[in-house]
Amino acid sequence: MPDLETATAVATPPDKAPSSITGPAVRPGDRVFRGTAIAAGSLVLLVMAGIAGFLIYKAIPALDKDTTNFFTTQVWQPDAVKPTFGIAALLMHTMITGLLAMTLAVPISIGIALFINFYAHRRLASGLGYIVDLLAAVPSIVYGLFGITILAPHLHGLVDWLSKYFGWTGFLHYRPDNIPNSHSDLTGGIVLAIMILPIISSLSREVFRQVPRDQIEASLALGATRWEMIRTAVLPYGRSGVVSASILGLGRALGETLAVAYILSSTTDLNFHITETGGITFASNIANKYNEASPLGINALIASGLCLFVITLVVNLVAQSIVRRKAGEA
Amino acid sequence: MSTTVAGVSLRGQKLPSWAPIGCAVLAALLTLAIFAVSSVSGHAEFGVLLVSLFIVIQTAASFFVEGRRQAKNRLFTTFVYGAFLAAMVPLVFILETVVSKGIGGISGGFLSHSMFLIDPSGKGGGAYHAIVGTLEQGLIAGLIAAPLGILAAIYLVEYGRRAPFARVISFFVDIMVGVPSIVAGLFVYALWILVLGFQKSGFAGSLALFIIMMPLVIRSTEEMLRLVPAELREASYALGIPKWKTILRIVLPSAIGGIVTGVMLGLARIMGETAPLLLLVGGNSKINFNPFSFGSTPNPQMSLPTYINEQFGIATGNPDAPAFHRAWAAALTLIVIVMLLNGVARLIAHLTRARA
Repeated sequence: MPDLETATAVATPPDKAPSSITGPAVRPGDRVFRGTAIAAGSLVLLVMAGIAGFLIYKAIPALDKDTTNFFTTQVWQPDAVKPTFGIAALLMHTMITGLLAMTLAVPISIGIALFINFYAHRRLASGLGYIVDLLAAVPSIVYGLFGITILAPHLHGLVDWLSKYFGWTGFLHYRPDNIPNSHSDLTGGIVLAIMILPIISSLSREVFRQVPRDQIEASLALGATRWEMIRTAVLPYGRSGVVSASILGLGRALGETLAVAYILSSTTDLNFHITETGGITFASNIANKYNEASPLGINALIASGLCLFVITLVVNLVAQSIVRRKAGEA
Repeated sequence: MSTTVAGVSLRGQKLPSWAPIGCAVLAALLTLAIFAVSSVSGHAEFGVLLVSLFIVIQTAASFFVEGRRQAKNRLFTTFVYGAFLAAMVPLVFILETVVSKGIGGISGGFLSHSMFLIDPSGKGGGAYHAIVGTLEQGLIAGLIAAPLGILAAIYLVEYGRRAPFARVISFFVDIMVGVPSIVAGLFVYALWILVLGFQKSGFAGSLALFIIMMPLVIRSTEEMLRLVPAELREASYALGIPKWKTILRIVLPSAIGGIVTGVMLGLARIMGETAPLLLLVGGNSKINFNPFSFGSTPNPQMSLPTYINEQFGIATGNPDAPAFHRAWAAALTLIVIVMLLNGVARLIAHLTRARA
């Protein structure tokens, strides 16, 4: 019992010298407290291992019974006589909506962060920063409600317009036999962009705020315009932080459930016409199907959840490696 | 700029301060003129033409008067202002929509009644059962996540400095932040409901919310603990105070403001989560104060996000349906709860910072 030994060592009468004068004495309280803290920390590993383990464990029965290739099949029919389901459509539309959200949100978020830090009046800036932080806290279901009832009907015009002038790009082309209701990847991407905007810009704002003041002032003192100052002092310093903020935003967009489930029309087509009705993502598929799913259907959904987990894992690992490489350089 | 001869003027020529407004007016006039003489029409076309003309005119004017560098600068300024406007419009529009659509449905009756024995497609009823559920599920998740998260952060900062095991944990905390909420929900579903065989309940939802909240608490607490000066710890050790007591009595109290702020922000985040609750808690039109009813008989709890989802489903897109008004009213209630938590968190942060 090492605990008891230390306890007696501490309790030795004061006429003897302390057992150790080189460091703080290790007391039973310390052991208990340290042990509890380590246990709490290990819980993180336990939960992560549990997520991977249980998802795999429950996904295997579904993958076993799947009669087609899980990665190249478009349809999702786990309850058919011959269970047929795969993630091809889910993967494609998850990527399209996620990337669309990123392309729209990242430049605008950086713009907002720069505006608040370097363009707006100081008093206005703190108020705006507060508003952006508040918006980051708006629950995602509210964005979904807004997207489907207010935004989607307003996008008809935009879709027509994009198709008319940019139809030649192919992916913005709106084929005439399509039902015009804006339940498209484009609408989903825009709602996701609005949703992740406050998150990315609030993180980028923090990054830009930490740019060393003397570098900014030195660049302005050398006669740089504001743009040159931002390009030479702010952006290089903040690049890795902004990249990791953006990837965090992408992670949120990939895993977002109801906002997307409301908007996309749950068709398992594989096409790149983002203005057309269609689209389905990992998360929206789970939200739409879990309720009526048979036991095998639940296992199939868990298998798709496992894929989503792996994808967000990879995305986060990329973000981590960027941030850590930067930390190594500094 | 290169044409400026030293001795004549040391400062380059500058456009007057009203130049952007002037360019905007000019661009608007030009756009109107183009619309008048050609067959182009439509709001979107007007906007696109106006913006592109403004950019061209201003950049050209700046280029010829002030030179290339200033022209670039103005172009970028236009982008930054434009980005800001482009983002603030939808965001403020969302808040405005929720408030204007939700405020009509909020009443004493809405906040104090459940949907029990209420025709879901008719008027009446309320979200009391959902408010109870959201608060209970959130608080239970918080009660588990806050102490465990703070302890884990204490390990990372106070004990594990640079130890390989601490690095591994720190790495996985970052990964855990990025786990989508629906994946956390599926994990709890697989473990709690499929393997252990429990019924859907508020507590199952709390477990998923705990997974989402814990890494947030760890990160924010870690940051706060690192801000505590090492001198405080050393002074305490010098007085012969054991490490655990130093942490509990010296380090934690001096960082408590920031830690509480982090916990509140985490709570605000999880109370808006929907997806895991749909999977794990289910719905109930009755008031159920007991989140631990995961025994043999299913007795689920409502929560505000799932209530919004349910009412929105009942309304089936009809904007005049009473269920639709209830959905917006519940959305407003949820936003108010989340914003209150945020506000309190920031107030605590502000007060404790002012004291330090």
